[in-house]
Amino acid sequence: MAAVQPVRLRPAWLLAGVGAVLVAIVLGLTVGPAAIRPGPALETLLSHVPLLGIHSSLSEAQQAIVTQLRLPRVILGLLVGAMLAMAGASYQGVFRNPLADPYLLGAAAGAGLAVTIVIVATATGLGGNNPLVPLAAFLGALGAVALTYILGRSAGGRSPATLLLAGVAIAAFLTAIQTYLQQQHLATIREVYSWILGRLTTAGWDQVLLVLPYFVVTTVVLVAHRRVLDVLAVGEEEAGTLGVSVARTRTIIVATASLATAAAVAVSGLIGFVGIIVPHAIRLVAGASYRVILPLSILFGGAFLALADLAARTVTAPAEIPIGVVTAFVGAPFFVVVLRTTMGRR
Amino acid sequence: MGRRRVVTLALVLALAAGALAAIGLGAAGAVPTRSDAAHHPTRILSLSPTATEMLFAIGAGRQVVAVDSFSDYPSRAPRTSLSGDSPNPEAIAGYRPDLVLLPDNTVSDQLHELGIANLVLPPASTLADTYHQLLQIGAATGHTAAARTLNASIQSQLASIAAQVPRRRVRPTVYWELDDTFFSADSSSFIGQLLKQAGLNNIADKASGASSGYPQLSAEYVVQANPAVIFLADTLCCGQSVSTVAARPGFSHVAAVVHHHVIPLNDDLASRWGPRVVQLFQAIVNATKQL
Repeated sequence: MAAVQPVRLRPAWLLAGVGAVLVAIVLGLTVGPAAIRPGPALETLLSHVPLLGIHSSLSEAQQAIVTQLRLPRVILGLLVGAMLAMAGASYQGVFRNPLADPYLLGAAAGAGLAVTIVIVATATGLGGNNPLVPLAAFLGALGAVALTYILGRSAGGRSPATLLLAGVAIAAFLTAIQTYLQQQHLATIREVYSWILGRLTTAGWDQVLLVLPYFVVTTVVLVAHRRVLDVLAVGEEEAGTLGVSVARTRTIIVATASLATAAAVAVSGLIGFVGIIVPHAIRLVAGASYRVILPLSILFGGAFLALADLAARTVTAPAEIPIGVVTAFVGAPFFVVVLRTTMGRR
Repeated sequence: MGRRRVVTLALVLALAAGALAAIGLGAAGAVPTRSDAAHHPTRILSLSPTATEMLFAIGAGRQVVAVDSFSDYPSRAPRTSLSGDSPNPEAIAGYRPDLVLLPDNTVSDQLHELGIANLVLPPASTLADTYHQLLQIGAATGHTAAARTLNASIQSQLASIAAQVPRRRVRPTVYWELDDTFFSADSSSFIGQLLKQAGLNNIADKASGASSGYPQLSAEYVVQANPAVIFLADTLCCGQSVSTVAARPGFSHVAAVVHHHVIPLNDDLASRWGPRVVQLFQAIVNATKQL
């Protein structure tokens, strides 16, 4: 039985998290392929704050770059990164499985299939821009998790392991259909792939507004359950004796984390790595309590993804690198360093 | 479709690996195994839309028994459900072809083992590749003279269109859009060379180092580069149009949008390297010579 240390969230860590978010915002706004100096870029942002009386010295087109392209992209990166890291942390807690990530219960496969269906259908006649893609991704992700849940329950097992195995089966099945559809409609393969690989390249305020309510609701619910996650971490039976309704709590947390995942996937496709690495890194350096992991996952997950996106759009500027490549390329070595230093200390 | 899909696959590879993908180089066109000058093929099968266009343009159309599902031009081509992307040697053999034109070499060896002559015609990187492939097809089908004549005709038509390009001190900037995530084509690509000959300055060239001719740009870069003209080669794949471009965040200030120089193109015409390159070049020059 793992001993749970009731670690409190140290203010220094909270400040560091907020600092990371601020750094991500400032860098995200001031650095980019368009040569706009940092001063005027921030000035433009402040010119939208009433009563300050600040006026932007940039041209209209440059102002549009700052407020219509960079700012929504940074904010979307923060929200998506936060939701994925938070969902990953919650799954890891609920299933007491260090390999759990936001796509564990089939959300990625479900969203991928639904998006492929929509892209194939619209490419073969309906035409037009695809406002259906976010909706399809959202419903696909939730539908797959629901299927996993139903299958897991019908299999009879009450252990989380049954649910995990059901997730594996559902994901494999949905991916098979998705791959078949994709091969049948190769003309649309690029659109499908660019979605599957995840993107913030087409981020705008629309997506930010779309995802914001889900961010708020899921954050409130999951953060409210941070102590329960600590209790669950002791073990299910022990949690039961401590007065936690294990099955009900698990359902609530899984449903909320899945909602966060689905909303993130809807606006940005499948961005890997954030949801598994960020919570682990926090667990290693800041403490193993979910009272620490959940709030810090939100802050550092958001900052990490926004900064990864900054790298994606600047390293080979004006060309872009897929965001998933950056998160893994930067995240994996970083995580190894964290792992080595913290393990070495023990 | 053909070129576009090969480009697509290459881009997918480039994306997935985060690395460079060679675009249709490497496999130099294979020579037909049984190029018997006296005995010309009478049951030709084409799995490449561009090769189909070339066959019909040099007068080999009557020898063609089947073409792949994307070979939609000319309309009299005998379209089938055959796939050029994931070709099935058994299905191909079922048509008892005596010559198969392929976009890549995935099934080339298998067809050779079945005793079926085939010719691999990868996406052209230059106009010279187009001329070369027309001659290859001409030689393989018994229409060498027609292929030579067609090449001369394409060359002279392109030259007369190029003559319409005004002399300018500053070349107008151009953004060629391959899809709605800002994939573009730089001057090293087939399309990029046409844009260059039309006297345009390609904004994708600054991103060349990071890609194999088809870099992914960003909205910010396109807005900043402020292209004088935008060509949409993603009207069919991705439903883009003059109005969808104008509605994008930040694009309302772009010169091409302000001055109505966003030009929708047919994806297929814009992605093939066959004889209709003349029409494509004419469309590019017509849209830009007043700039």
